[in-house]
Amino acid sequence: MKKYMRILKIDLTKKKTTVEKRDDLNQYLGGVALATQLLKQEVAVDQPALEAIQPIIFAKGPLNTIFPVVTKVCSMFKSPLTGELGESYGGLRMAMAMGMANLDAIVIVGQSKEPVYIHIDGDEVKIKDAKPLWNLNIDEATRLLHDQEGHRGLRSILTIGEGGVNKVKFASVTIDSYRHFGRLGLGCVMGSKNLKAMVIEGETNKPMEHLKDYKKVYSEIYEKVTETDMMEKYHGLGTSININLLNDLKSLPIHNFKRNSCDEARNISGESFAENRLIKKIACSGCPIGCIHIALLRKQFGESYEYEATTLSYDHELIYSLGAMVGIWDLDGVLQLIEVVELLGLDAISTGVLLAWVTEAFEKNIVTIKDTIETPEFGNVDTYKKIIQYIVKKPNAFYEALAEGTDYATQKYGGEDFAMVLGKNEVAGYHTGYGNILGQAVGARHSHLDNAGYSIDQENEENSDEALVKKLMEEEISRNMLNSLVICLFARKIYDDATVVKALNSIGYEVNEDTLKKLGLDTFLEKMRLKEDMGFKLQNLTFPNRFFETESCDRRLSSEKTEDLLKLYIKEAEKLLSYT
Amino acid sequence: MEKNKILQVKNIGQCIGCYSCMLTCATNVYKNFSLKNSAIAVKTSGGYQGRMVVNICRGCKDAACAAACPTDALTPREGGGGKYKEELCIGCKKCVENCVAKAIGFDSISNKAVFCKQCGLCAKQCPHDVIGMEASQ
Repeated sequence: MKKYMRILKIDLTKKKTTVEKRDDLNQYLGGVALATQLLKQEVAVDQPALEAIQPIIFAKGPLNTIFPVVTKVCSMFKSPLTGELGESYGGLRMAMAMGMANLDAIVIVGQSKEPVYIHIDGDEVKIKDAKPLWNLNIDEATRLLHDQEGHRGLRSILTIGEGGVNKVKFASVTIDSYRHFGRLGLGCVMGSKNLKAMVIEGETNKPMEHLKDYKKVYSEIYEKVTETDMMEKYHGLGTSININLLNDLKSLPIHNFKRNSCDEARNISGESFAENRLIKKIACSGCPIGCIHIALLRKQFGESYEYEATTLSYDHELIYSLGAMVGIWDLDGVLQLIEVVELLGLDAISTGVLLAWVTEAFEKNIVTIKDTIETPEFGNVDTYKKIIQYIVKKPNAFYEALAEGTDYATQKYGGEDFAMVLGKNEVAGYHTGYGNILGQAVGARHSHLDNAGYSIDQENEENSDEALVKKLMEEEISRNMLNSLVICLFARKIYDDATVVKALNSIGYEVNEDTLKKLGLDTFLEKMRLKEDMGFKLQNLTFPNRFFETESCDRRLSSEKTEDLLKLYIKEAEKLLSYT
Repeated sequence: MEKNKILQVKNIGQCIGCYSCMLTCATNVYKNFSLKNSAIAVKTSGGYQGRMVVNICRGCKDAACAAACPTDALTPREGGGGKYKEELCIGCKKCVENCVAKAIGFDSISNKAVFCKQCGLCAKQCPHDVIGMEASQ
């Protein structure tokens, strides 16, 4: 067990950095449990999300990098998009680099007067000038930081693009070119602090104490990861395998959820991407799977065979939001939109859902060409590229509203019946049933990954209302435990409770299944209370009518039943809150 | 330990950058969780937009690193590369400076070189057949 947690605190206003050694936080292990405590301590619950005092928290866990597929960092903040709990996970090298810098968590508060970036090199932490980087896109800013001297291969680089700089409320943060803290606007919070980027590295030496135990458990897990087919889905086609599966099930959101299936979806399936555009796969540090699928986008810029090329990562959610949702049915069209959001640093899901709403709002004459400047139209890549640029540059009041997110735009212009948001967050790419809708609505960060309702919907069993609510709640509690160790959720079947305990025990952590379950439950409840303090109420949740107009898997869903399920969930949540 | 074989990069294009080889070296050979303590170094050339590269000991005969070592910490190994007696390393970094392949790491905390012992554990751990122990040329 650790003697204490090493928490790096950086105050951008005072330009001061300190490392706190906190033995009172040991019981929280890391990830979301640790970050929740730090957020509670630092956040001003009743102040706006972009106030200088608001914190950004990053937390790793004790198993990161040294056990297979434990690769994530948890970030927490007050979300500028929803005004309540912000929580997002990112991979690639960041957790490894935090380990090299010997840090369990990083807390950033304050606001710099001028653009800066933070360079963490072990105990040496510098707040450095970033004026030349400020207006550069993600790709170029990352390149320039990559070209600096340092521990190449053991270093992580985080950057924001024009989205974060211009405070678009769903701006993301890019980690090492291909992974992101995508959801809920962490990029916007960084932009509000005039913080363009972070470079994390170090030379920590960590002698091992329990070599024999560790090696045994490591080998067992490594074998399960590499020798069984438990994770094949993620390495093979990757998450984009879902496009065809959902399309066949009639549960793929198309044209802003107006349809649930169409023949053209096959053109942009995972199979189609893999056969025609995939050039390689890469992995987060410490993951032998390699689920990051990289595609080549080739663009002709002149006659006489003049081409340029770029490489982009793709996943199910990107193909859904920047493909199916907006009716783009060719691979290069989807990749072109992915390229734009990548360079600007915007959350792909939020952008795609917003574009779909704009298109339908225009069709319904809720907004006009005076607002949109361009004519939004399902399937028109070039127009969407221009609209995304306008969202970031905000040339008029309409685009200023769009930069606040879909929910805000509906408050100003209407059209909430077909604005696909739950809890003010744009929804993920599933129309599988009640588990999906309720799950994203009640989930702490309004993400499909909070409680995997979409997955419960796809199980081959009919759940009673009580059973569905119970499953959602239990899954979210369990995921809070996994997220405290920051295990990639793709490996959730490998890391069952017993395996997690064995892994922790092998490196000297005295925990058992009960203590871990309690950690998951306590974190789940702490976050719920924190959300309430920030003004969120489950009772105020609403569901866009479109969910109930378009069939899901050959059946029409009922808004009344969804409301009843929500009431049941609230009842169960209140019970849980009152017991503990 | 395979005496007449040395570590070789067989299929660099297949590397996904999982760092399993580095973790194996650091934990099994150097008994350390820090990846700085790995004698094999996976990096990107030109960032992730570029390509993966792997810096390994190339197993030179009459290796320049061993020739440069002022103590007997590094001595030539049969089959190529060097034999490393960590306890004799004085931290002068002469081996590091003399290796054009950038294959020798340095642990600034213990003040000792991190040197490939040609044990082949990293190759066994590689999930994508990127590296292997092969007969020296």
